[in-house]
Amino acid sequence: MIRFENVTKVHKGQQRPALRDISVDIEKGEFVFLVGASGSGKSTFLRLCLREERPTSGVIYVAGKDLTKLAGWKVPALRRQIGTVFQDFRLLPNRTVAGNVAFALEVIGKSSAEIAGVVPNVLELVGLEGKEDRYPDQLSGGEQQRVAIARAFVNRPQILLADEPTGNLDPETSIGIMKLLDRINRIGTTVVMATHDAAIVDQMRKRVIELESGRLVRDQSRGVYGSAV
Amino acid sequence: MRLSFILSEVRNGLRRNLNMTLAVVITVGVSLSLFGAALLVRAQVSQMKDYWYDRVEVSIFLCGPVSEAPSCSGGAVTDVQKQQILADLNSLKPLVQKVYYESKAQALQRFQQQFKGSPLAQNATVDQMPESYRVKLSDPTKFAVIASAFAGRPGIEDVQDQRQALDRLFRALGGLQALALAIAFAMLLVTVLLIANTMRVASFSRRRETSIMRLVGASNAAIRMPFVLEAAVAAFAGGVVAALGLVAVKAFLIDRTLASTFQFTTFIGWDVILWTILEVVLTGVALAVVAASVTLRRYLRV
Repeated sequence: MIRFENVTKVHKGQQRPALRDISVDIEKGEFVFLVGASGSGKSTFLRLCLREERPTSGVIYVAGKDLTKLAGWKVPALRRQIGTVFQDFRLLPNRTVAGNVAFALEVIGKSSAEIAGVVPNVLELVGLEGKEDRYPDQLSGGEQQRVAIARAFVNRPQILLADEPTGNLDPETSIGIMKLLDRINRIGTTVVMATHDAAIVDQMRKRVIELESGRLVRDQSRGVYGSAV
Repeated sequence: MRLSFILSEVRNGLRRNLNMTLAVVITVGVSLSLFGAALLVRAQVSQMKDYWYDRVEVSIFLCGPVSEAPSCSGGAVTDVQKQQILADLNSLKPLVQKVYYESKAQALQRFQQQFKGSPLAQNATVDQMPESYRVKLSDPTKFAVIASAFAGRPGIEDVQDQRQALDRLFRALGGLQALALAIAFAMLLVTVLLIANTMRVASFSRRRETSIMRLVGASNAAIRMPFVLEAAVAAFAGGVVAALGLVAVKAFLIDRTLASTFQFTTFIGWDVILWTILEVVLTGVALAVVAASVTLRRYLRV
């Protein structure tokens, strides 16, 4: 589903590569933690998957497409197959919960009837039934992140990328979010989650990919946060 | 991308940024008014040219008793000389289209009408007025042919081309017209820059929306469309302001004031006004769309 082959990324104006010679293969339906210190290259990894950036060298395949050869006008179609969640939720403050989720469908041209059909389903999936008409500032952090996940998932993408989704949440709320991501993963969605949260990684026992200064230092199935002993 | 969604985005965008929208509408209105005014001046000048050049004549003034030109040293023009001149003029057909003879009495009448109310008119006498042939040319630019054939001939005091006097007038009008166009273009440039800046501000204030749109896979066109449409709507509103201005110019300035004051020429009609409005509104909308698209290409990185 996501394959990196000898990918190196050097940001413009920087000497040190953000990623160095990374080769990783993530299968369809996997749940992968991307761990490492700040600046280790986790966010660059996710941005490369979204083709917000192009690698300096190497090849990236996402959802069967070679991103280094993908024409610019095909990028929107690629991103429709990828849901994205961030630490800061990125909700629209002037839209309700349902409005925020619907927005993702409106901008890709879905009909109102279709939107009216799927939005309640996905809100139920993330556990926000009854809160459709609230505004983001009337919700807790955990609830806001659930809205963001609903928005990322409403179009049923094959891949869900999550960049520190629990970074702003307390441990208890984080567990709820993790359960939700796990549920989405069980439906068949490939989930890649960048995180700092050792407790969560240790608890979930999923595949762990660790980056350090742009290098892949560990790729371990059913791993924990701390380096393998 | 559904139309109703785009339209609601446009409406929200315009309302949220009401100050900037108003600024764009007013600037576009003013600059398009000036642009339209410049176009109207051009149309008016070209209409006057048509009207006047259609009426210009070459005047061959004949020697009177008091003429001082060297060709008049033989005294006033004789009947034989007059007949010879007329015959020569007629032989220059088809260049010479028509020849009128203007007697001293007719010349006095014309003079008195021209200077009505001034003491000049009251003091003029028939004998001070020159007799003349008024020659209408099929091609008014070929004055030199007539001048070389008749100037300096005994009995002819002077050969004058009215077109030369008009040319000076039209050169002055042409200068005015160039000035109006220059101001109009400067204003259009200001408009473009203002729209570009407005788009920059709008795209910045809505970067959260647009970043989400990018992430969920909205196409570039879908992301830029609301912005471009906003610019187009604002420019169109400005165009309507300018159109009202041009209608006011025609109804009040031209029809009520100018046409009754200056009866020696015709003025542009409503057809010209309508074409100019069309031209002006289309120019405004097109400029806005181009300015917005180019700016967004820079600031809405997709």
